[in-house]
Amino acid sequence: MNDVAQLPESGVRDLPDAASIYVNVPDPVQSTERPIRPLTRRKRRPLEWLVEKAIFLVSLSAILLIFLIFAFVGKEALPVILGKTDNARLRKPVAAEEIPNISETQLAEYLGLKPGELKNYDADTLKLLVELKGQELAQIVDEDSRVNTTSWRMMFQPHQWADYDKPQYIWQPVSEVPKYNLVPLVIGSLKATLMALLFSVPLGVGAAIYVSQLASPRWREIIKPVIELLSGIPSVVLGFFALIVMATVLQNVFGYQSRLNTFVAGIALGLAVIPIIFTIAEDALTSVPKSYSQAALSLGASPGQAAWQVVLPAALPGVFAACVLGFGRAIGETMIVLMASGNASIVSGSILDSCRTMTATIAAELAEVVFGGNHYRILFVIGALLFLVTFVSNVIGDIVVHRLKGRLEGRT
Amino acid sequence: MTFQRTKRDWQSIGLTAFTATATAAIVGIVLMILGNIVWNGASQMSFRFVFGGTREGMFEASRAGVFPMIFGTLALVILMTVCVLPVGVITAIYLTEYARAESAINRLIRGAINNLAGVPSIVFGLFGLGFFIQFVGGGIDKLFYGGELHYGEPALIWAAATMAVLTLPVMIITTEEALRAIPKGLREASLALGATKLETIWKVVLPQAIPGILTGSILAVGRGAGEVAPIMFTGAAYYLAHLPTHWTDQFMHLGYHIFVLSTQSPDVERTKPILFGSVLVLLMLTFFLNLAGVLVRARIRRRARFGHA
Repeated sequence: MNDVAQLPESGVRDLPDAASIYVNVPDPVQSTERPIRPLTRRKRRPLEWLVEKAIFLVSLSAILLIFLIFAFVGKEALPVILGKTDNARLRKPVAAEEIPNISETQLAEYLGLKPGELKNYDADTLKLLVELKGQELAQIVDEDSRVNTTSWRMMFQPHQWADYDKPQYIWQPVSEVPKYNLVPLVIGSLKATLMALLFSVPLGVGAAIYVSQLASPRWREIIKPVIELLSGIPSVVLGFFALIVMATVLQNVFGYQSRLNTFVAGIALGLAVIPIIFTIAEDALTSVPKSYSQAALSLGASPGQAAWQVVLPAALPGVFAACVLGFGRAIGETMIVLMASGNASIVSGSILDSCRTMTATIAAELAEVVFGGNHYRILFVIGALLFLVTFVSNVIGDIVVHRLKGRLEGRT
Repeated sequence: MTFQRTKRDWQSIGLTAFTATATAAIVGIVLMILGNIVWNGASQMSFRFVFGGTREGMFEASRAGVFPMIFGTLALVILMTVCVLPVGVITAIYLTEYARAESAINRLIRGAINNLAGVPSIVFGLFGLGFFIQFVGGGIDKLFYGGELHYGEPALIWAAATMAVLTLPVMIITTEEALRAIPKGLREASLALGATKLETIWKVVLPQAIPGILTGSILAVGRGAGEVAPIMFTGAAYYLAHLPTHWTDQFMHLGYHIFVLSTQSPDVERTKPILFGSVLVLLMLTFFLNLAGVLVRARIRRRARFGHA
């Protein structure tokens, strides 16, 4: 009896306490009395906190790695850029007593060895080698060996070498007096790139106009993948094709002297650039609002007139950006020019002469250089130069494309 | 603005003629190159060529095989993907989900990533040789092997690391694109249901982004299979009698093999069949990868356009 009488009483008394257990279930009766917990405040979960920190760390290191590349190439090139290297001194005879005073890299470069090879010799053999080299150098008493060929002046200005009758630009990194003039390489790169653009800009932009403005949708669906197929061909295959097939065919057609030259390399390079120019130009042309051409058509223009007089001028910055980005791609391309250009480092304006580009020089010579030596550093200077050129062209291209997009979208 | 419309609209005719010719020329050249390679390479295709080794003679058309090169290329690509995939995806997640989109640092990072995508591949080769082999590899040798050469020379792992850095921007950019295509409402719905940010990313955002991440890795792999310049001095070998067994071994690579065959062959006419055969194998490899990438991406774009998940 007693128990039964107590039940409702205790139930009523316990009610507020029981509700306080279910904190997350808002009780409509109670909610007016106690403050609602803000939804955004949650208990910190240690595991999630750890994972989020890990995400942050991984991406931070990836981003640092990206900046590291910029820094590293610059760092290796820096001694040459700052003029701290002097290879004239290296070519003066070194006395045997001085061996401990010079660094291993310098010693290796002095003896014409790779740094790894130094370990194969004991101190006496090294001494002997240094003495022999000293005798050899003592016999050379020409003006050339007094020149520091790693200086800025020697890299960009012509020099009167002993064996030549007039001042010249010469790239000869492995001769007795290494000559590091970059002008032949820069000219080679510019020549090949210009040829590539001469070939690819009319074709790429023409095809972009046709596909975006004039072709029927059905043809568009067929043509676009075919051109995109071209971007899937690895550059080594284009280089192979230029070297094995195109060089012979073009020589037979045009009948010029040397089989491998700037012309062949430029056309193969152009093939590599066409997809980029086409894609960006086509993108710019299609992003011109339909109302532009519709307005022109309603004023009585033919589709061709609308495309040429209205759409193309509106998208012109995009077409320009396509050419700039194509330039950046062409000047950085390696395998095609390495295989098809003939690689002779001569200063010549003729498109039918062979050329040696900056990229091909790095590819051909990096495997042979002494790590940390002058030649190595000069190759990094070339790399930094390439980096700079592509950086500038990429930035210009990106800015132009973004501005154009903003303008076209702002007007509609 | 008025448009003069004469009986014959010469401007229109001229433009159409020129642009159509340009298009036809490009399409013609592409088909000609591919046709030439397929025509000349098909005769070399055989089970023995694809799965045969080079021990019988690298320059003999009737005996040479490309299996070591296919093996090396695949090993490179797999190692590269293992390196680049997690790092690329995590960085993309950080940049889209966590970093403040409009901050100056974020813009700088995005600019650096975009720029890295346009850096000449040979510069990556320079970086790989100087940083990975000489600095990292040389450092490991000095620390653990007392200066004995183990890691401080060209090796599969360094070539893969170099290629991973090269493909990192592609990976980040495509993953970011995929993450952005996911409607914001989906994330908000998940958060509103009480999921934490990490739960939302892991259970809602990432599953949606998988096709995009897949495209990115396929594109990266396609590039990794075809790019030769960065691996020339970071790990690819001219000729090896044995398959690589460890990641510090050098390896043979299809693209580098093509370069070697076409520039250093003692007799170009005699090695031509092997050359065309190798090119065909490489093309098939990269094309299938690229095709897969394009198809997957087209599907994502279509889905993003219609907005349903």
